[in-house]
Amino acid sequence: MTQQVLNATVAPLPPGETLTPAAQPRSKLPLASLMLTPSVAVLFLWMLVPLLMTLYFSAIRYNLLNPDQTGFVGIDNYRYLLEDPAFWPAVGHTLTLIGSVLGISVVGGLLLGVLFDQPFAGRGIARLLVIAPFFVMPTVSALIWKNMILHPVYGLWANIFRAIGLQPIDWLAQYPMWSVIVIVSWQWLPFAFLILLTALQSLDQEQKEAAQLDGAGPIRIFVYITLPHLSRAIAVVVMIETIFLLSIFAEIFTSTAGGPGTETTTLTWLIYSIGLQQFDIGIASAGGVIAVVLANVVSFFLVRMLSKNLKGEYEK
Amino acid sequence: MAGLTLRNIQKRYDEVEVMRDINLDIEDGEFVVFVGPSGCGKSTLLRMIAGLEEITAGELKIGEARMNEVPAAKRGIAMVFQSYALYPHMTLYANMAFGLKLAGKSKEEIDVAVQKAAKILHIDHLLDRKPRALSGGQRQRVAIGRAITREPKVFLFDEPLSNLDAALRVKMRLEFSRLHDQLKTTMIYVTHDQVEAMTLADKIVVLSAGRIEQVGSPHTLYHHPANRFVAGFIGSPKMNFFDGQISAIADGLVHVSLVGGGSQAAAVESSTLKVGDTVTLGVRPEHLHVTSGGAFSARVTAQESLGDFAYVYADCPAAPEGLILRVPEEQEYAHGAQIALSADPERCHLFDGNGQAARRIKLLQAA
Repeated sequence: MTQQVLNATVAPLPPGETLTPAAQPRSKLPLASLMLTPSVAVLFLWMLVPLLMTLYFSAIRYNLLNPDQTGFVGIDNYRYLLEDPAFWPAVGHTLTLIGSVLGISVVGGLLLGVLFDQPFAGRGIARLLVIAPFFVMPTVSALIWKNMILHPVYGLWANIFRAIGLQPIDWLAQYPMWSVIVIVSWQWLPFAFLILLTALQSLDQEQKEAAQLDGAGPIRIFVYITLPHLSRAIAVVVMIETIFLLSIFAEIFTSTAGGPGTETTTLTWLIYSIGLQQFDIGIASAGGVIAVVLANVVSFFLVRMLSKNLKGEYEK
Repeated sequence: MAGLTLRNIQKRYDEVEVMRDINLDIEDGEFVVFVGPSGCGKSTLLRMIAGLEEITAGELKIGEARMNEVPAAKRGIAMVFQSYALYPHMTLYANMAFGLKLAGKSKEEIDVAVQKAAKILHIDHLLDRKPRALSGGQRQRVAIGRAITREPKVFLFDEPLSNLDAALRVKMRLEFSRLHDQLKTTMIYVTHDQVEAMTLADKIVVLSAGRIEQVGSPHTLYHHPANRFVAGFIGSPKMNFFDGQISAIADGLVHVSLVGGGSQAAAVESSTLKVGDTVTLGVRPEHLHVTSGGAFSARVTAQESLGDFAYVYADCPAAPEGLILRVPEEQEYAHGAQIALSADPERCHLFDGNGQAARRIKLLQAA
């Protein structure tokens, strides 16, 4: 019966013509590209146009204080930027900030995750409180830290220091980078915690029991069983946090404004400062291009390292 | 190698008592199967022996030593888990060597032990692979291999075949038999599958609702179940049960008049029984016969042919769960046909009102 149906539906081909697999996709192509057009157009407008404009601005003289001086300047904007004494420290500050926040949030998130993997009274409420900082706006959290915790007069620490007879510390002035790192870490720790906790909870209990029977104590179970199990989750946390931390701005804007001096000037802040405080759009655009290159270099290594890690779990 | 002694073992979670009065002796080298429906406590009992669950009360001895307070790793046991619980990021070699490595054994010692275990299980060509590259049966072997390398006094298996397909299960079942012959170590095996229990065990422990129902050889459990639960649990298809009342006791035979008419005699010890007692009569499907002058009648509902024989399903007022009988393949019964049934009194089981079995006896043959 099947044979009959086949014979009935497939029309006989004219002599000399053969049905090739290539014939079908070719006929589909216009429709496929038509349907891709909206998303490609949006991507083009939202990403490619600003990027190309930035590239263009970075190659011309474009200062809002002297709008009549224009013209192609080649790589001069880049040269000025690289010779700016604030530039290399800004790159360093960016890397310090990212590295420290990653370290604090991964290690802290891991410890908190292990803690919250154990049952204890009030775990549900405590978990909610730990996650809460993630939902606070960056500006708000920076303001809270600046005025209520780190402030040398009204701050929590100042009160504690005075209570035990010590001189209060003006954290944002004396340890500005550390203050920013703490503020940003406070925001990102919940994210790491959340991802790592769910990963911890997905660990097969029988694996732990098998290790226990093999003679492993809690620490060796953590090192040999739990940590390898978490490696993928840690990789995800590092990748996602790096992407967001590269563009940290609001916390610095609200708390230290890049200062004192240039001590908390990251690349994003430097670009902002050149473009919107010194009004030199040309050099700021050059900074933007460098930031894009830097982000791509970092993500190239990161993605390569992590994709190897992510792939390994599923493929041979 | 060692035997085990369990004395009055009890387990409670807070106020809920899940196991009680567990008394069991397991001899050195025995293959013991814990069997029972899910939730009967068989895995809990195994985990208590392993040291993964605390024993609330009672005493567990492995060999001569009390084990209640000994940590799992020091009990001289090895366990194979239902999910195999292989370490996914380690090669098979590392999986099997892990316990020895933690115990501080030298590289040479570890290598000898791992290679030996791998040879026994025919996985020596897979040692550099990771668990995810293996099939279910191979993973199962690695899990067993990991247990063997530790050279335990007692092996514990927690439903090891339940994740395998039917064909592989039969094959691995034979492997377990072979392994036990080869290693001659005490093995405790948990399953809910009574076929596995019947084929593997030297001794079966039937558990139900946290209590031991009966302990005995597969033969004993099949032919002399101690109570209605064991009778119904061991054997597939399960035993037919008929409700009735004792109508007469004479010449070593107990005559039971069945609900809805008919009567059947059973050859059982009758000292604790009296006329008028409500009882349950049990007959296995293969012992129920269609005869022209049958003792009671039933209505056929379905027939399943299995090649060399067939199962007939029938309704009978005395058997509320329906009944099954095994007939030669060539006999066919139409749906709704009335059939007359009877059974050899020596093949019948009788259970009193509390579900306890009356001992079956052989009839003296009239000369």
